[in-house]
Amino acid sequence: MRNGFRTAFPYTLPVMAGYLFLGIAFGVAMRSQGHAPGLGILMSVVIYGGSLQFALVEPLTRNFAPVMILMLSCMIQARHLFYGLTMLPHYRKTGKALPYLIFSLTDETYSIVCSDMPSGVSAASWYTAVSLLDQIYWVLGTILGTIAGGMLPLSALNGIDFSMTALFTVIVTDQTTNAISRCRRGEIGWDEVLFAPLLGGAGTLLCLLVVGREHFLLVSMMLMLSGFTVRYSWEKGKEARGA
Amino acid sequence: MNRAQQIFTILIAACVTACIRALPFLIFRRKQQIPAFVRSVGEQLPRATMMMLIVYCLKDVSFTQVHLWLPAAAGILVTVLLQVYRKKMMLSVFGGTMVYMLMLRWIA
Repeated sequence: MRNGFRTAFPYTLPVMAGYLFLGIAFGVAMRSQGHAPGLGILMSVVIYGGSLQFALVEPLTRNFAPVMILMLSCMIQARHLFYGLTMLPHYRKTGKALPYLIFSLTDETYSIVCSDMPSGVSAASWYTAVSLLDQIYWVLGTILGTIAGGMLPLSALNGIDFSMTALFTVIVTDQTTNAISRCRRGEIGWDEVLFAPLLGGAGTLLCLLVVGREHFLLVSMMLMLSGFTVRYSWEKGKEARGA
Repeated sequence: MNRAQQIFTILIAACVTACIRALPFLIFRRKQQIPAFVRSVGEQLPRATMMMLIVYCLKDVSFTQVHLWLPAAAGILVTVLLQVYRKKMMLSVFGGTMVYMLMLRWIA
């Protein structure tokens, strides 16, 4: 396990930068609305989902509206369905760690664990170390923001949350370079190199422009699932015709 | 709302989040064979969802004036170039973030 943490730590540094900053920003936002110090920390421990937590800061000051909260949570968190779908075969073999791994599968953790894992560590300890370290950064950031929010020079750090965007960009770059070299080796066609990123990128962008920034992720998810379904059945049909 | 209602609200959000994250694992239980279609979609999803997340991160970038989108565009370009030519994840992430933060201060 210690080996897992040693291996995982450098991979989680970009998440550390982003989560500490966003966690601090979240703690500050909670305090500025006058919430009790423990509330924000509780959210970071039991919800552990950045966008939803930020979205709840303001509703928590208003009237109790459980149904609205339920729907808001579903809408904001729906994309996490996809992460479990990818990690399904990999996480199954992790034994006792599985419940925590599922609970802590955030965007950022997914971006690290969906790539090939480094050699020399067991799957269970690699996944656990990445997941746990990431949540530690998030909770630590929240605590810092809650207790020391007003004293921190946050404006000096303005823009550091771009490290999340940069992390996702690095992952996409690696995925694409790998796909291109597989294509050069003749293992896959150009259509396969381009299909998934275009569907996810151009498709989501299109949804953002058409549907607007409130609900575009849900529409984009449906578009992606239909895209993959159509392509899958088309490929199967091609195989059947060829055989 | 009072303290108890606030905590209840937080627990609702926590349960929904945990259920959504757990759903694929609940549908396809241990030992049960994962259907080929689900497996295939699961394998292709990372490359699509990571692009989706980038769009999600950039959804508030405005394209009405150059100085509003240039920092993000430069940050991404630098990140990609560093990753293609140096292949060091940390360098790419922090290089791109530095460029973004500096440009945010100089031109925005």
